[in-house]
Amino acid sequence: MLDRRDVVARLLADRGAALVVTGLGAATYDVAAAGDDARNFYLWGAMGGAALVGLGLACAQPDRPVVVVTGDGEQLMGLGAFATIAVQAPANLTVVVLDNGLYGETGGQRSHTGRGADLVAVARGCGIADATRIDDMAGVEALAAAIRAVGAAPRVAVIGIDPAEAPRVLPTRDGGLLRTRMQAALGVAA
Amino acid sequence: MDGDTAAGLVAWPDAIFAELRRWQVRQVAYVPDGGHARLIRAVHADPAMRAIPLTTEEEGIAVLAGAALGGDRGVLLMQSSGVGNCVNMLSLVKQCRFPLLALVTMRGEWGEFNPWQVPMGSTTEAALRLMDVEVRRADRAEEVAETVAAAARMVFEGGSAVAVLLGQRLVGAKVF
Repeated sequence: MLDRRDVVARLLADRGAALVVTGLGAATYDVAAAGDDARNFYLWGAMGGAALVGLGLACAQPDRPVVVVTGDGEQLMGLGAFATIAVQAPANLTVVVLDNGLYGETGGQRSHTGRGADLVAVARGCGIADATRIDDMAGVEALAAAIRAVGAAPRVAVIGIDPAEAPRVLPTRDGGLLRTRMQAALGVAA
Repeated sequence: MDGDTAAGLVAWPDAIFAELRRWQVRQVAYVPDGGHARLIRAVHADPAMRAIPLTTEEEGIAVLAGAALGGDRGVLLMQSSGVGNCVNMLSLVKQCRFPLLALVTMRGEWGEFNPWQVPMGSTTEAALRLMDVEVRRADRAEEVAETVAAAARMVFEGGSAVAVLLGQRLVGAKVF
């Protein structure tokens, strides 16, 4: 099974101009472990909101790739996001769901994806045609190459990962700093 | 119901639309409401604005946070029942000090036929204040433009989070 840190490190190794939004939980630690960057916006709360923050950012910055990295539990809390994203269809948005089938932060309870819910089918059913399941490193490599550039349509990639926990790498929790450093990196008014 | 008015007067939804244009609002996230129907039509017809229909109101808080991160101004249109849905997502606005402009049409407060609208309608302002969103209110057509303009200035020049409640007396009670 894929190791979550290997997956995220590979996805972001050659990120180019990509802007990254993370969902509450281990996805935030994974992206921080791959290297902190002013163009990373980590969610430490607002569960269910990561893909939608990515949507607003992608619409505001259509010439830059926007990559949301979140977990199955966080995405399950905001399933409507797939329908909302499909209507806007930003070509520069990729939502990566690291799917370990459980809630790692709260004691490892099995999530709905661990009980049969299929996020790829949900995304496709909402109108995101480019929704795929990835279970091997070749798939991760192909995705890493694709997310560096603005594509043709929004993309959802659900990556099956080992449920093992990785050591915590905690980025800043100062929300005002996370906002202003991203805005400064983009040269937009705060 | 959708804010139409006699010839010669500017309908209040049109006054809101003019303010949104004046402030160069780009992303307009909404959950439909009859009171906002005329404004929503105008937004969809304007190529300078992106109309973003949501499946639930809290999505709009997150979308507009992303918009602000990327330099776009935004507004969230919803009815009062949706404010309760937004409470936890507003932690994003509070922690990161995102600007937020929300225009909320009120239900459950003036001639409301559906009692199920009353619990959230009567606590809309309190729910917003609970999460430190400033609340302003317009109950007459002639005060809508100045109220929205004042709120927009606080949001887009001051970075504040402000909701404008559009009273049911203004919007009109829903007729079945």
